[in-house]
Amino acid sequence: MDTLRMHNGDSVAFSTIPVMDYHCFSSLIVEKLSSGTASVRHCVNYFGYPLDEELRLVIAIADDAMHDIEVFSCRVPECAAIQSVAVQVPALSRFEREISENHNITFEGHPWMKPLRTTPDDYPFYSIDDEELHEVGVGPIHAGVIEPGHFRFICSGEKVLNLEIMLGYQHRGIERLFLKKKRLIERSVLAESIAGDTAVSHSVAFASLYESLCGFKASEAALWARTLASELERIAIHTGDLSAICGDVAYQLGSAVYGRLRTPIINFMQQWCGNRLGKSCIRPFYTPYPFTAEIAQILLTTLTVYERDFVEMGKKISHFPSVLSRLEHTGIVTLDQVSEIGAVGMTARASGLERDIRSSHPYLLYGNIDHRPILKHHGDVYSRTQIRKEEVLQSVGYIRDMLENVPDFGIETAITRGVAGAAADKADTSANAAAAVGANSAAVNLGHAVAPGMFAISLAEGWRGEICHCAITDSQGEIALYKIKDPSFHNWTALELAVRGNEISDFPICNKSFNLSYCGHDL
Amino acid sequence: MLSFVLIIAASLFFTGIVVRTKSICSGRKGPGILQPLRDVVRLFGKGAVYSPTTGWVFKAAPIVYFASVLAAVSVVPFGKSGGILSFEGDFVFFAYVLALGKFFSIIGALDTGSSFEGMGASREALYSMLAEPAFFMIIGSLALVTGYTSFEEMFAALHLGNPMSYALAGLASIVLLILAMIENSRMPVDDPKTHLELTMVHEVMILDNSGFDLGLILSAGYVKFAIYTALIVNLFIGTIPYGYSIPSFFAIQFLAAVIIGITESFMARFRMSHNPQFIFSLTSVSLLVLFGVLLLSGNFR
Repeated sequence: MDTLRMHNGDSVAFSTIPVMDYHCFSSLIVEKLSSGTASVRHCVNYFGYPLDEELRLVIAIADDAMHDIEVFSCRVPECAAIQSVAVQVPALSRFEREISENHNITFEGHPWMKPLRTTPDDYPFYSIDDEELHEVGVGPIHAGVIEPGHFRFICSGEKVLNLEIMLGYQHRGIERLFLKKKRLIERSVLAESIAGDTAVSHSVAFASLYESLCGFKASEAALWARTLASELERIAIHTGDLSAICGDVAYQLGSAVYGRLRTPIINFMQQWCGNRLGKSCIRPFYTPYPFTAEIAQILLTTLTVYERDFVEMGKKISHFPSVLSRLEHTGIVTLDQVSEIGAVGMTARASGLERDIRSSHPYLLYGNIDHRPILKHHGDVYSRTQIRKEEVLQSVGYIRDMLENVPDFGIETAITRGVAGAAADKADTSANAAAAVGANSAAVNLGHAVAPGMFAISLAEGWRGEICHCAITDSQGEIALYKIKDPSFHNWTALELAVRGNEISDFPICNKSFNLSYCGHDL
Repeated sequence: MLSFVLIIAASLFFTGIVVRTKSICSGRKGPGILQPLRDVVRLFGKGAVYSPTTGWVFKAAPIVYFASVLAAVSVVPFGKSGGILSFEGDFVFFAYVLALGKFFSIIGALDTGSSFEGMGASREALYSMLAEPAFFMIIGSLALVTGYTSFEEMFAALHLGNPMSYALAGLASIVLLILAMIENSRMPVDDPKTHLELTMVHEVMILDNSGFDLGLILSAGYVKFAIYTALIVNLFIGTIPYGYSIPSFFAIQFLAAVIIGITESFMARFRMSHNPQFIFSLTSVSLLVLFGVLLLSGNFR
């Protein structure tokens, strides 16, 4: 059976997606994703879309070798009971749980059918009945100022035998909000709020998806600004993570130095776009904050000072025995494990699995950069620390190259300030009325209309890993379905595997080395 | 009596100096030296909150813990001036009255029924057990070399005419300083700054204590630091006049606090499973002291 092949950031008519029966569908999935193909193909999104009293299951499988995305679908009746493929393809386990939770579909033979984003009191935790073991429950309220999530450990003394993570406390129904909120500004703000630490990359994914739905091609300058913002976000968050990793092993020097180094980068973001996390930096159709030569100079100076201290501190932690003894051989996830669970991004790369949207499905200007993903092979906390360090330096290099020819935002700014500005003003006054009637009015979209009956997909490599946004529009050009997949969705499983056999006191450092998002998972 | 006053006075500043040293090392200004004291004063003004799962043990534990530390202070001498109490074998009393306090803080933690506190309690019990031989080996060696078994007579008789004995006193002070760090749950064994319950040792045991009880536990901790450093001071001051010995007491306390602060600033904490090895290695250093003493006294054949 043929599949639809599309590229990152494409949109196609929804009707062109092949439809098959569930039997063909599931065997095709197994064929595409069976073990051994992880280095080539992985599932980027798999969701249900209720259509005409039926449920359409749509799966998008990224093919890294062909640099395209295969999409195919099947029809199942509402509330159907169908055969699970999670045993053959464990990476789909969470997707099936999500479909089951949202659409009341029963997956027969699913080995781990538990709530994904709801938090019932009688959550069926895995338990072992043994006098010698004890359970430790952590959360959902934690000691630090972090998001809620419950961790249930089964320990033998200090050793962790099993960890089960119960999420869903942060569920905000953000995908439904995308349908309810019809103004572009509202949707842009929603995209920034999917995961607060990945505001830029989620906005990039949203902007390219929305522009492709409207048949709009962003200018080179806009793409340039988005690329730059993505890399700055990577630098800032990776540096903050390095500080937190040092903090967790109580290495005060590293914690203080990396903590200080993060500040100039996020302060630069504020100078550029008025927000330290890069919110409002990226909007579909226009660039709200053009990059000028003066800002470029500030960034160059910032990076020069930053890089010197960053390199020095990096040398220190890679050679300091007391730090190394905490990081090395802690929280190992093997290549087989990351391939099996479909881990993405930095987590996968730290275990030797080359998975980087920047090189496999280039978007923005990454096609011109010739990005070579950094790979580590041990899969331990140290690998994940090293990969951060090296990716930061790689990103600094990319930014330096980019700053050599800052594109001219002049013309675009004029258009922006003129057309878009006026449209935005108009949108502010009239959008409420427009939203009330549900019209896909031009004013709402800055003069661009969303094409009806489309399916669009966009992938972006956030600092944590691959982000996937999908949208389906109905016959009026309204968004009928918006699906978001944050890298944390896959990678939480990696954390569960990483702490097995480790000491329970090493859990915080393992956790910090992944630094996964609760709200990105819970949506 | 003098030693009691001096130790209490030193304990008022000790933790503040450690914290300040760490702040300065990380490029921050840090809180004032008296901040830990202010915290305790604030806590003493508060009532305590008790969980319904706890019983009398939990309420008694902080008081016993605090009292045990004060009782331990009372046997520590200062040069020529003895402690409030002094009797044959009082170093055994010293060790076990502290152990009694620790025992109560452990069962107090278990009384809460929290899995975190149980974990902390088991770690604390293990580390104390491993640290005990080192202490007895050191003080036992001193008893052997002087022929006395009370702190007061031991330190008074410890005339260090021999360069070898200074070396032994040096070794002993390293052991005592590290013991102080272990007993007070400082780095590299425990991290007092962490907010991560799963990695805590001492801090996790007092998670349920609040207000007045917490104030007692914290102030007992401050005093404990000063006690161990006072033992170190006693190794050196002998019978020199107060004009010199009192300033040097405070100088050594200050130095110990700064050493602890610097250690905490520039190294990472040990992995939990390496802690027992580290603590037990203290015993081997104490053995060196013991052998040295046997050599000096000519009993080693």
